[in-house]
Amino acid sequence: MSKKIGVFVCHCGTNISATVDVEKVAEETKKNNPRVAYTTTYKYMCSDPGQKLLRDKIKEEGLTGVVVAACSPKMHEHTFRNAAVKTGLNPYHVEISNIREQCSWVHPDIPTGTDKSIDLVRMMTEKTRKDKSLTAIKVPVTKRALVIGGGIAGIQAALDIADGGQEVVMVEREASIGGHMAQLSETFPTLDCSQCIMTPKMVEAAQHDNITMYTWSEIESITGYLGNFDVKIRKKARSVDLDLCTGCSSCWQVCPCKKIKSEFDMGIGNRTAIYIPFPQAIPSKPVIDRENCILFKDARKKNIKPNDSKVCRKCIDACPIAPVKAIDYNQEDEIVDVKIGAIIVATGFRELEDGLYGEYGGGKYEDVITGLQFERLASASGPTEGKIKRPSDGKEPEIVVFIQCVGSRDPAKGCSYCSKTCCMYTAKHTMLYKHKVHDGHAFVFYIDIRCAGKSYEEFSQRAIEEEGATYLRGRVSRVYKKGEKLIVLGADTLTGSVVEIEADMVVLASAMKAQDDAEQFAQKLSIQYDKDKFFSEMHPKLKPVESSSAGIFLAGTCQGPKDIPETVAQAGAAASKVLALLSSDELEREPVVARVDRQLPPVFSTCIGCFYCQKVCPYSAIESEDIKARDGSVIKTVARVNEGLCQGCGLCAATCRSKSVELEGFNDEQIYAEINALEFN
Amino acid sequence: MSEETKKTKIGYYPGCAITKCSTSEEYGTSVLGVSRVIGPELEEIDDWNCCGASSGHATNHKLSTALSVRNISLAEKDGYDEVLAPCPMCSQRLIVSQDDVENDEKLRKEVEDAIEMPISRNVKVSNYLEIVKNYSMDEIAEKQKRKPEGLKVASYYGCLLVRPPKILKFDDPENPKTMDDIVKAIGAEAVDWEFKTNCCGGGFTLSRPNVVIKLTHDILEGAIDAGANAIAVACPMCHANLDMRQQAIEKEYGRRFNIPIVYISELIGLALGLKPKDLGMDKHFIDTGSVIDTFSDIEK
Repeated sequence: MSKKIGVFVCHCGTNISATVDVEKVAEETKKNNPRVAYTTTYKYMCSDPGQKLLRDKIKEEGLTGVVVAACSPKMHEHTFRNAAVKTGLNPYHVEISNIREQCSWVHPDIPTGTDKSIDLVRMMTEKTRKDKSLTAIKVPVTKRALVIGGGIAGIQAALDIADGGQEVVMVEREASIGGHMAQLSETFPTLDCSQCIMTPKMVEAAQHDNITMYTWSEIESITGYLGNFDVKIRKKARSVDLDLCTGCSSCWQVCPCKKIKSEFDMGIGNRTAIYIPFPQAIPSKPVIDRENCILFKDARKKNIKPNDSKVCRKCIDACPIAPVKAIDYNQEDEIVDVKIGAIIVATGFRELEDGLYGEYGGGKYEDVITGLQFERLASASGPTEGKIKRPSDGKEPEIVVFIQCVGSRDPAKGCSYCSKTCCMYTAKHTMLYKHKVHDGHAFVFYIDIRCAGKSYEEFSQRAIEEEGATYLRGRVSRVYKKGEKLIVLGADTLTGSVVEIEADMVVLASAMKAQDDAEQFAQKLSIQYDKDKFFSEMHPKLKPVESSSAGIFLAGTCQGPKDIPETVAQAGAAASKVLALLSSDELEREPVVARVDRQLPPVFSTCIGCFYCQKVCPYSAIESEDIKARDGSVIKTVARVNEGLCQGCGLCAATCRSKSVELEGFNDEQIYAEINALEFN
Repeated sequence: MSEETKKTKIGYYPGCAITKCSTSEEYGTSVLGVSRVIGPELEEIDDWNCCGASSGHATNHKLSTALSVRNISLAEKDGYDEVLAPCPMCSQRLIVSQDDVENDEKLRKEVEDAIEMPISRNVKVSNYLEIVKNYSMDEIAEKQKRKPEGLKVASYYGCLLVRPPKILKFDDPENPKTMDDIVKAIGAEAVDWEFKTNCCGGGFTLSRPNVVIKLTHDILEGAIDAGANAIAVACPMCHANLDMRQQAIEKEYGRRFNIPIVYISELIGLALGLKPKDLGMDKHFIDTGSVIDTFSDIEK
């Protein structure tokens, strides 16, 4: 029985109708295609009356196939298929003909837009004729979430999921959770202390019954698929037994290696070799830095087990735990296997390295510091206990120059994007500086001031009007040292003059960059990333927390620069997506997956087992399968698609040399029908 | 020309500023003098013309490009794979023009019509520092006869050797080190200072002397404050501005610098035992005697 196809053409307000004569599209389609039983147009097909029209006509006209000529299928394919389901029609008989994104939006006039739309609709009508009913794939769900990263994004997401009653495994590669937010002194636009709002959340996460925390640990591998991930976590050797240690501080007080630059203090403070990153760290238990510890250095040199070295045993001697000490020099990395249903990636950002800007000293001058270093200077828990002292000689700086957009909005240095937070944190820095050094003077060089956010504009105006920071619109061309001063050469483009400032300290509003290993990590997870190595969301507007892989979500600055409120909101959104996933025992997946053909004996399958498909599959969804005879002997080895992993990209189908792989919903018959419709008319 | 000789010989493009009887003759004289001792062998390109700098590239892009690439095409015709243009204005013009025609097919055709020659794609243009670094570092160590004592040199690169970095791709544009390495190789101290690539004012020395006096003052002061007792350059324009303006600076700022400005090729020449006069060191405004006197024979 041939299909009765209905075509519904959407105006999309004027988005489509401005350059496509939608009435003519409907008319021509009806006139020239005998299989089209019904056509109509409507202002907004996606609206409730539009969907009702679709449902009613399916029933009234007895339609067995539907083409909606509207926007991209990424936008509303789901909407219209759902509408069709309510009438009893299998949703895979509903197709979208996209006459907006690649048609009405890009063509300048009605004749071209209309002609192309007619062609596009005809193609999709022909495809619809060949559509088959498909049923959703059901997969079981492991009710446990993995959160990668223990900064504010990870903590918030973990707490939200745990509060929703689901188990969470949290992995943090540093020795403590807390991330960058724990490093900040005060936060904009309220100037409330970052530690005071962050540390309680850290404690809450650590004590939550539903959260299992792995610090000093990294993701070794992730395999599996939505609802059924197998995750291996590498617990790096901490050299300290977390169960035995009480965090009494005896060990790090006696450690003789005291001059190691503290990562937490961004290199302007020191730490010991056995250390906790900061006093409020969670867990509040130390780790041994094996690179810098003299005992481990000695063991490496002599090629002996660390515990056999006698160079320095001060920390283990000082450890009061008995009879077994909490310190174990011979501890080794441990791999933990966990089964996971959904994943939130919250791996954060890194601050732009010093060296990129040779004109600002390129990391040569101690008193040219980054934004995060200034945070540590201003922080009460920092190396100067919150007193603003310049790193070179500890003097209080009388003149501080803040340079915005260092590494942001600078395509010449390979960073074309805006880091979004710097305008606000620089305004905050000028205030913190003025609050602590009353006679001091702050200069800010800026390109624009971008303070879009609740109470943000008022905050930056306060810095200028009430706190007396001098804002100069222009770039700084050079910073160089002259005696004890730093000479800052810049332009004031509002007065058209060259400015030369003798500063005591320069603070660079350094850009937020993707983590160094973001690219490799994305590949490990099979998620996409953008040109700046930030992880890509599925859709910039409608799927902002979904990654390109099903079941993996994004939160915080690993997806792009953002401030704390936005990070927290995104983490909450990601958590709610995970909770929704974990709320059911089984998940339904789109049946648009590839299949390797199976035939009756003696052929069994036309697959020749070359496994080219396996090489091109970006989702590791191709497995091998032995077809066996009754006696157990292998007749042939062929490819098999794991339905849970397959994302329906079609690369395998295109690659297959023996035409043995087909993509459901996009099989050869359907695609050729589309192409022929264009070719022979 | 055989393959063998083609490799060792480099086309020499003097340009207007350093050719015989020009204002910066001593740069050319010392570059050629040094090359006669330690190589690589330099041969003047036959029939070379202006590189198209200054008035050329300020008035007509096509004209200046045609002037530039003609020299490169001549070099290829003479069989050279590499051309040395010691004046950075020349080397920069030649390289940028090569890049321009490489990225603009229309310009390429127009220029080829104008110079009535195909444009070479294979000739590499080098500045003097590159030539020394790539060919002569070992030779300097081998053939050095005299060594300086207490000579502290601020290496001044100026703007043209490193900019525009995307096209020239030579050294770190903000903190270049090649000249410092050469200074160290002959046994002098390379002073770390802040003004390596600052602008000397260039051609504005004639039209806006007040601007040039300020810029050169900052550079000279920076070198002196960093402890230098000589400034090394590899650019005739830089040399002219720094060497010639010291009296005017004294009038304006009341500070007498009297610091010798020497070409890097002159320093290498002194180290190789060449006579100062043969290197043209008697042609400077600021007496170079204090630099020459730091050199003494190496005892073997």
